[in-house]
Amino acid sequence: MNPVVILLPAFLISLVALAVFIWSMHRGVFGHDPAGARVIFTAHEVGHTEEPAAPSASRAALQSLVNAKTGQLELLDDDELLQRAHADRSSATVTFVFLSCAIGWLILGSFAGLTASIKLHNPDWLASYEWLTFGRIRTIHLNAVVYGWTSMAGFGLAMWMLPRLLKTPLQGRRFALLGAVLWNAGLIAGIGSLAAGMAGGLEWLEIPWQVGLLLVAGGALIGIPLLLTLARRTVDHLYVSVWYVGAALFWFPILYLVAKMPGVHFGVEQATMNWWYGHNVLGYFFTPLAQASIYYFLPKVIGRPIQSYGLSLLGFWTQAFFYGQVGGHHLIGGPVPTWLITLSIVQSIMMIVPVVAFATNYAATLKGYWETLLYSPTLRFIALGSVMYVLVSLQGTVEALRSVNTITHFTHFTVAHAHLGMYAFVTLTFFGSIYFVMPRVVEREWPYPRLIAAHFWLVVIGMLVYIVALSIGGWLQGLAMLDAARPFMDSVKTTIPWLEARSVGGALMTAGHLVFAAHFLLMVAALGPERSRPALFGLGPEMDHA
Amino acid sequence: MRSETRLFGGALAMIAAATIVMVVLPYFQLHDVKPPAGLHPYTSAQLRGRQEYIRQGCIYCHSQQPRDRAQAPDAQRGWGRASVAADYFYDSPHLLGTMRTGPDLFNIGARQPSLDWHLGHLYQPRAFVPGSIMPSFPYLFEVKLKAEPGDRVVTLPPSFAPAQGVVVARPAALDLVSYLVSLDHTYPLAASDTGP
Repeated sequence: MNPVVILLPAFLISLVALAVFIWSMHRGVFGHDPAGARVIFTAHEVGHTEEPAAPSASRAALQSLVNAKTGQLELLDDDELLQRAHADRSSATVTFVFLSCAIGWLILGSFAGLTASIKLHNPDWLASYEWLTFGRIRTIHLNAVVYGWTSMAGFGLAMWMLPRLLKTPLQGRRFALLGAVLWNAGLIAGIGSLAAGMAGGLEWLEIPWQVGLLLVAGGALIGIPLLLTLARRTVDHLYVSVWYVGAALFWFPILYLVAKMPGVHFGVEQATMNWWYGHNVLGYFFTPLAQASIYYFLPKVIGRPIQSYGLSLLGFWTQAFFYGQVGGHHLIGGPVPTWLITLSIVQSIMMIVPVVAFATNYAATLKGYWETLLYSPTLRFIALGSVMYVLVSLQGTVEALRSVNTITHFTHFTVAHAHLGMYAFVTLTFFGSIYFVMPRVVEREWPYPRLIAAHFWLVVIGMLVYIVALSIGGWLQGLAMLDAARPFMDSVKTTIPWLEARSVGGALMTAGHLVFAAHFLLMVAALGPERSRPALFGLGPEMDHA
Repeated sequence: MRSETRLFGGALAMIAAATIVMVVLPYFQLHDVKPPAGLHPYTSAQLRGRQEYIRQGCIYCHSQQPRDRAQAPDAQRGWGRASVAADYFYDSPHLLGTMRTGPDLFNIGARQPSLDWHLGHLYQPRAFVPGSIMPSFPYLFEVKLKAEPGDRVVTLPPSFAPAQGVVVARPAALDLVSYLVSLDHTYPLAASDTGP
């Protein structure tokens, strides 16, 4: 097939689609009305901060910072706040179950990752245990953090946001709980299979398909509360976070089902399908879930609607279009049709559009409000996670260029890139969101604010060491491999110090996760000093200032 | 309902577009690919070995897709000519791989046909390649006081051999090695093989 026949129309369609979206935005087809951005606030609530994760002194400081910008606050509507309190209560159990499981998987996944990391520079360590061999424990790490931690944290946060966004109690909670049970069962069986060596052989799709069906069923069940709650919504306008959550919950079962269909895929076609899945599970599932959180919590904490609502929707649709077709850049130089690679490279470059839309919006919304980061733990995590989204996406675009890809492909650089995305962006965003959500879920404050700070610095320093070291090591590895005059072993030896540094970074991140999990347990068990419970709960902290 | 329709309709259109270009079109473009004349189906031992390759997670460090000379010196490293879709006719699941923590293995059988070398190297990679970071796979072998009839004894450099007895390959190791030495795609391609 002549590549031009495919590429030219694809490129033109992209441009036309883009123009149509921009035009429709201008004409208000997607709710250009800036009132859309205010849907997450009750009447007169703009200017009122909400930060359940901060101790009362920080909350007051945060509010007075924002007061200096917005002036006199108006009285809030009690009925609406009461409605929100009901909404929060309706999702509490479901969210609690998902987040507790997520944190359990995070701990398991962290130790699996650390073990794999150490084995890469100490290959004879624990070598006699078959289930701990690098190829298995690395895969256990990936599946535990991806389908355990990230997925379940994303589900829990989505279930918590929906009633607030749709202003109605969460419907169909039983389906979500049953979904959680099936998902966990699938994951336990799946990871057990991986440890026993029963892997499907495809990256990101290792869990055997017989077990994977549980994930499809669980994911579909978790989508039911979304539909039922949508049907009962009392808001007219669907806020941008609903678009992200709705699309993510809709896309995942389709992706997984198509990818796992036994007996359909073959040879090289299976490889293109593999990276259609591998990249879209990021672009169609984890990224939108994390973005839904950013678009909700960031404006909510600072009491300021996002700057440009139109841009946020432009970002949603362009990302949904371009991101879906970039997976082929994982096969540059491989035995796949040339047109496919070129198309993926083009769409990788087009990803700049949604990323710039997001970045502009982010910077404009926080403009003049950066100082709020000092007082809000939620915001510290989420604001940093958002920056990392921009970085990882732009890095992805550059990495897809053939000249850069020739160096970085097949090296640890890609692993560092993956962690910039799934960790620095998605995981940090989820950490921040969980800090916001949990006090509402258990109706109790985080007992030790210092542990939040410890968690933040451990994971941030750990992840910087991890990503910087592994990127350098991977780049040097790539250069060594491209130099035919150097023996292959040079490319291995070059990476050793950087792999050791990665283990140090990974150990710091794991330590941060242990602090987080311990703090979570203390909070749930109601251990620790008693704080200002009544002020925080019921009608919310806003009442203090009203 | 209008918003919901737009949301799910639009989301469906987006994922459909992605699936068409990345799954459906390659499916139809590649499904008539025929195996090259020089490529043979795997034997049952080789297929078992291929399964062992998956079980041990070899794919996470070894690719099976040499790149073109114009892009990278893969051929100069002895990894072979650039592969084409037809080379993978018998491969299910595909094992193209994404990492080269170790070298590409698409032609390891042509480069290193010695069963002895592979068995010893799996038992202890550092006995054969100093500085290697490949895992050793001791559980694919048995240390016995004396070899019995039919045992495949692994030859090792004296400093890596057990103090007493001999190292014998288990069936899984023998299968894996028979798969590895079968990886030889050095046959010439006909014009019809290089198609897409």
